[in-house]
Amino acid sequence: MNAMSDLRPAARGAMRAPGFLSGSWLAVRLAWRQLRSERARLASAIAGVMFACVLVFMQLGFRAALFESATTLIGAMRADLFLMSPMTLASFRPETIPRVRVSQALGVEAVQAAVPVYLAQASFRNPESGRRRMIQLIGFDAEAGVLDLPGLAAMREALKQPDTIAFDARSRPEFGPVLRMFQEQGPFAVQIGNREMRVVGTVEMGTSFGADGNAVLSEVNFRRAVRERPQALVDLAAIRLKPGADLLAAQAALRAIMPPDVAVLTQEELRRHELRYWEEATPIGFIFSFGSLMGLIVGMVIVYQILFSDIAGHLKEYATLKAMGYSNAHLSRVVLGAAGILALLGFVPGTIASAMLYGVIADATFLPLAMATERAVTVFLMIFAMCGVAGLLAVRKLRDADPADMF
Amino acid sequence: MENPVEIREVTYAYGEGALRREVLREVDLRVGPGEIVILTGPSGSGKTTLLTLAGALRAVQQGSCRVLGRELAGAREAERVALRRRIGFIFQSHNLLGFLSARQNVAMALELDGGTGERERLERADAMLASVGLAEHAGKQPGQLSGGQRQRVAVARALVGSPGLILADEPTAALDKASGQEVVHLLRDLARSRGTAILLVTHDPRILDVADRIVAMEDGRVVADDAARAVNG
Ligand SMILES: Nc1ncnc2c1ncn2[C@@H]1O[C@H](COP(=O)(O)OP(=O)(O)OP(=O)(O)O)[C@@H](O)[C@H]1O
Ligand SMILES: [Mg+2]
Repeated sequence: MNAMSDLRPAARGAMRAPGFLSGSWLAVRLAWRQLRSERARLASAIAGVMFACVLVFMQLGFRAALFESATTLIGAMRADLFLMSPMTLASFRPETIPRVRVSQALGVEAVQAAVPVYLAQASFRNPESGRRRMIQLIGFDAEAGVLDLPGLAAMREALKQPDTIAFDARSRPEFGPVLRMFQEQGPFAVQIGNREMRVVGTVEMGTSFGADGNAVLSEVNFRRAVRERPQALVDLAAIRLKPGADLLAAQAALRAIMPPDVAVLTQEELRRHELRYWEEATPIGFIFSFGSLMGLIVGMVIVYQILFSDIAGHLKEYATLKAMGYSNAHLSRVVLGAAGILALLGFVPGTIASAMLYGVIADATFLPLAMATERAVTVFLMIFAMCGVAGLLAVRKLRDADPADMF
Repeated sequence: MENPVEIREVTYAYGEGALRREVLREVDLRVGPGEIVILTGPSGSGKTTLLTLAGALRAVQQGSCRVLGRELAGAREAERVALRRRIGFIFQSHNLLGFLSARQNVAMALELDGGTGERERLERADAMLASVGLAEHAGKQPGQLSGGQRQRVAVARALVGSPGLILADEPTAALDKASGQEVVHLLRDLARSRGTAILLVTHDPRILDVADRIVAMEDGRVVADDAARAVNG
């Protein structure tokens, strides 16, 4: 008997548990083997994660496109400071300020130029179908060069002629094939409001949620097109400072001389003001966040159910592993490993599908939708967190695997 | 040489308060080195409960329970988990992971030991499967094996880590007579050659012959402790 006992391997007492890394690797490998064994279930889990992934990409994409396009106009203006009515919520629906404030601004030493900008929505008749649609008119002193849009510089002289406009070639197609017609026949007449005006060129600007299309015209032509506008009121004043002037000091000086009916904003402040409108004053920002959250919750529920039923269907096996000496922590790593695998397997095709969808939607809506690395990282973290939470919820089921009930 | 199992005056009760019911009463049980002990008794006499206490699957309530040199009374969960790694369990059903091959199932018992590499684990699993007569079936999944073959894989899994003690509860209950006997004799032969002690619960009179000693229980007490007629090694 005792001689027999000596045959027992001496290493028994020296056994040590695997390190964290190799333990995790074994856990993830076991998770993968389990997932792989049930193809249909794996496919539906991946589809669930993909669904959440695409939904979140779309919501975040639309949100970013909205915010980006909302500030296209502001971004295109070459000005250091702006005068705006403090009552203005967003530039597509401006409150006016007295025109005299523009000349008052010139009283500040650092100011080189101050130009009024006029904004209004007017109906534009599609030259092909004859249907009317609201277009954003942007009027400004063509000479001053406040607007910096591709194609605009060459048209400065043409826009000085009476009743001329430059049409935004990236307006929605419902305005008609204006760009093509211009390329084919040169300047041609269109109807804006009740007035006949001539398209003398095109610029590149882009649509936003506030504007389906844009037309740029001179100050004088703007007043002709928008008759109801009193001469003494403007919507925005763009101020250019002398080279080397201190931005904040100039802003303070302007504030000091301006009555409270105008606010003095830097370009960045104006952009943020605009963004804040969309984010806070409209439900749009909330809708996109809510949409993303819904996608994540649906994805989480799907992943949770898959993981949960994997555990519930293998309680005896999990209990056996516990009896063999597997710790609850190790088995939790198996479940979380499965969650991580699903996150990865759903994210990759989900991202590819989203990138393709972005292209399709951008073509259809003319919104600036494109896959951005930063957003992909954000979505990856969200999807990972989604699967992680699902995993943590499912892990609780492991407690039901009690090795004492095995015999 | 210390006894692999040394149970003294263990009392165990399920439930609490008014529902409290004692199922073990001052039980003493000893399994010597390399000894094969069979535990029998009528249904409900507490055999399984005693086995789960010896296997560190349950916390000891009263009395002393020393297994492989460890006192389990008052032991923490983590200590019990660690001790389980040195015990080979064989259950009534094989409980193999259906999505792993026989080889991978057996290797699972070795993955708990950080000192082994993947190659070594698979080699040892193959060798163990060969010694239970399943060399050609190592790559098959449990679903492709017969009941007796699956239970032999379970035996291989219990033994591959060279445990200091094997605990088995009615390992033949799900098998027909021939494969049941085959599995138990295999278990006995392998344990003998390695000098591993076995504590085995069974109702099956046909396999009592493998025992060195037979312990009978009734109503939570040990009522008989006989040296078996089986020839000792
Ligand atoms: N988890 C539990 N909770 C409450 N009572 C239990 C539990 N497990 C077993 N019992 C009771 O404890 C008593 C002893 O059960 P145990 O399973 O140890 O008996 P056994 O000898 O293994 O019986 P069998 O031969 O039928 O397997 C039985 O009366 C049983 O009903
Ligand atoms: Mg029992």
